[in-house]
Amino acid sequence: MFRRTIMAGAVALAAGFGAPAQAQAQATAPTEIQFWHGLTQPLGGMLEQIAADFNASQNRYRIQATFRGSYPETMVAAIAAFRAGQAPGIVQMFEVGTGTMMAAGRAIKPLHELLAETNTRIDFQDYLPGVRGYYSLTDGRMMSMPFNSSTSVVFYNKDAFRRANLNPDAFPETWEGVEAAARALKAAGHACPMTTAWPTWLMVEQFSAIHNIPLATQANGMGGLNAELRINNPLLVRHFNNLVAWQREGLFRYGGRDGAADALFPNGECAMIFASSGLRARIMREAQFPWGVGMLPVYQGTTPINSIIGGASFWVMNRGPNAARSADELQGIAQFFAWIARPEVAAKWHTDTGFLPVTRTAFEQVRATGFYNQPANAGADVPIQQMLRGGGQMTENSMGIRLGGFVEIRTIIQEELERAFQGQQTGEQALANATTRGNVVLRNFERQNAAR
Amino acid sequence: MRKKVIFKGIALPWLLLLPQLVITGVFFFWPAGQAIYGSFLREDAFGLSREFVGLENFRDVLADPNYLAAGWNTVVFSSSVAIGALGVALFLAVQADKAIRGADAYKTMLIWPYAVAPAVAAVLWLFMFHPQIGLFGKALNGIGIRWDYKVNGDQAMLLVIMAAAWKQVSYNFIFFLAGLQSIPRAVLEAAAIDGARPVRRFWTIIFPLLAPTSFFLLVVNIVYAFFDTFGTIHALTQGGPGQATSTLIYKVYVDGVQNLNFGASAAQSVILMAIVVALTAVQFRFVERKVHY
Repeated sequence: MFRRTIMAGAVALAAGFGAPAQAQAQATAPTEIQFWHGLTQPLGGMLEQIAADFNASQNRYRIQATFRGSYPETMVAAIAAFRAGQAPGIVQMFEVGTGTMMAAGRAIKPLHELLAETNTRIDFQDYLPGVRGYYSLTDGRMMSMPFNSSTSVVFYNKDAFRRANLNPDAFPETWEGVEAAARALKAAGHACPMTTAWPTWLMVEQFSAIHNIPLATQANGMGGLNAELRINNPLLVRHFNNLVAWQREGLFRYGGRDGAADALFPNGECAMIFASSGLRARIMREAQFPWGVGMLPVYQGTTPINSIIGGASFWVMNRGPNAARSADELQGIAQFFAWIARPEVAAKWHTDTGFLPVTRTAFEQVRATGFYNQPANAGADVPIQQMLRGGGQMTENSMGIRLGGFVEIRTIIQEELERAFQGQQTGEQALANATTRGNVVLRNFERQNAAR
Repeated sequence: MRKKVIFKGIALPWLLLLPQLVITGVFFFWPAGQAIYGSFLREDAFGLSREFVGLENFRDVLADPNYLAAGWNTVVFSSSVAIGALGVALFLAVQADKAIRGADAYKTMLIWPYAVAPAVAAVLWLFMFHPQIGLFGKALNGIGIRWDYKVNGDQAMLLVIMAAAWKQVSYNFIFFLAGLQSIPRAVLEAAAIDGARPVRRFWTIIFPLLAPTSFFLLVVNIVYAFFDTFGTIHALTQGGPGQATSTLIYKVYVDGVQNLNFGASAAQSVILMAIVVALTAVQFRFVERKVHY
C-alpha cells in the first residue's frame, strides 16, 4: 500500500512539474508519447533502440521509452498512474495481465478501435495464430499489439544424454519417454535429471494446451468473466502425481517459482529443463556443454497440438479515469505500432533476442537468410514449429488463457504444488485446493468488474 | 520546586507543535484513514467501479485459513527474530565491552550489517544457503543433510529468521554497548571484590541495569519483525514454499500490490495496525512495570 502511494505521488509530482514545460514546447516540438516497458537489459536497450529508430524515421511524434521495473511492477505502476490521471500512452503488459487489461473498460483503448480511428492498417492475418489469438476478442478483433512473444520448449544436455546411453539427437516425444530418460540419467549418476522453470505456465498451462484439454470453462476465459477452473481433471492429476513421485524418486527437482529454476540448466546441474524459449540466449552465453532443443512432450496416446505463448504485448491506455487521449497522440501510437509490425523490425527482434518472430513474413524472411541452418542457431526454429504443431488449427483450449486475477492464480497453483512436494498433500489434493482457491479469485474479479 | 513555564496565548504553542502535527497527520493519520476507508470497499484495479461492502473484507480475510496460518507464521517469525537478534546482540555487546585487543575494529565490523538494505541482506543469505549455488547450502547437501528451502517449509522459515535477525543484530548491538558503557564501573568492581563471579555479576547487576535499553529494543525489534522484514522474505522465499513463510505484512503486499485486491489488502493492514497497537500497549502496560529507569 505504502509503495503504491509513493509511486502515485511521485508520478503526480513529476507530472506537475512537467506539464507547463510540455505545454510551452507543444507548438514546435513533436508530440511526446510515454511508453513504459518492463524489459531488463540487454532486452530493454534493444526495445528502446526500436523506439529510437521510429523517432528518427519521422519528426511528428516522439516515443519516450522508459523502464519501469519487472513486468508486475510495470503493471502496478501503470495502474497507479492511471488512478492518478497520469497513465502512459503505451504500456508493455505481460501475458498473464491480459485478462485484467481486457476487463479494464475505459482505462484502455482497444487496438482495433485505435486502428480504425486512425485509418491504420496492420495485417494481423500474417501474425502467428497463437500470438493473434492470445490478444484478440473471440470475434477476432485485436485488443492489444503483440510484440515480444515466447513459448516454452525443453533444453537438454547432450553430454549427459550420451553418458546415459540416450540418443542425444532426439528428445523423447512422450512423458513416458522422458521418465525413462530421467531414470537412465539418474542411473548414470546425474543428481538432477530434470527440472522446470515457470511451473504453472509449463506444467499446467502449456500442458493443457498441447493435450487439448481445457484449463477453464468459457474457452479458458475468453468467453466471459464467469469462467471456472477445470484443472482438477484426470490427466493433470496423473501428471501432478507423477511430478510428486518423480521428485521423491530423485528424477525431478523443483527449482522454485517463476524463472528461479532457469539457473539450474546452464550450470550443468540439471540435464533437462522445461523453460521459456527465451532462455536460449542465456544458455548460449553460459553453458559449457553441447545442448539441444526439444518440443514439449505429451502422454502416450495424445496427438499434440500447438503450444501457447508467453511474453508481453503493448496496450494503449487512457490518461486517467476522466481523460481520453487526443487524436494526435492516438495517431502517433498507431504509427509506432505500424512501425514495429514491419517484417524487418520483427525479424531483427527475433534473431537478436530469441523471442518468436510474431509474423509469418518475418519468419520466412529469417529463414531465407539461412539463419536456422547455421550451427550456432540450431534449434532456434523449434519454438516456431511447436507453435504451428497440429497444423496451426487452434482449438479453444490452445488459443490462450484469459482469466482475471491470473497473476494470483498462477501463484496459488505454485503454492499448492509446493505443498504437494513437501508431502503435505497428494497431487490430486493440490489441484483440488488450487481449483477452489482459484475460483474464489475468479469470482471476486467477476464481481469487481461486473459492477461497472 | 519545579519551575513551570506557561505560554501566554494559544498561538505560539500550536505553532511550535505544528510541524510535528503536520508530519504525523500526513504520514500517519491520512494513510491510516485511507486504509480504514479502503477496507470497507471493493473495487477493481483501475478504480473504475467501487462498491461499499461493510465488513465483508474483514469477514473474508478472517475466514481464510491461509490468513490464519500467516498469523501463526508471524508469531513464530517475529518472536524468533526478536529473541534471536536481542540474544546474539547482547552476547556480542558484553564480549565487546571487555578490554580486548582490537575492540574498535570488532565493534565497527559488527555495526556494518545495519547499513545493508534488507533485500541485499537477503541476497547475501541466498548466496550462502542456496541448495545448488550457495556455499553452505552445497556443503550441507554434501554431508548428507537434505537442505532445500524451496521445498521444505521449516528450512525456509529458519532461513528467513536468520537473515532477518542478522540484520537487526547490529542495531541492537549499538544500543546494548552504549547501555553497558553507562553502567558505573564502581558497582561492578565492588561486586567483584565481594566475590561475585562474572555470570553472577551479569545477571544481578548488568542485566537489571540494562532493562530500559532491553525494553526499548524489544519494542523496536517486534515492530521491525512485523513491518520491515517484507523485503527479506520477498527476496528469499516469496512467502513459499506453499505459504510457509508468508507473514501478515507479506500477505498485505501480495494481496495489495501483486494481486491488486485493494479491499482485502486494506482490511489486512487495518488488522495488522490493530495488532501492533495492542502489542505495544501490552508491552508498555505490563513489561514496562518491571523496568527500572
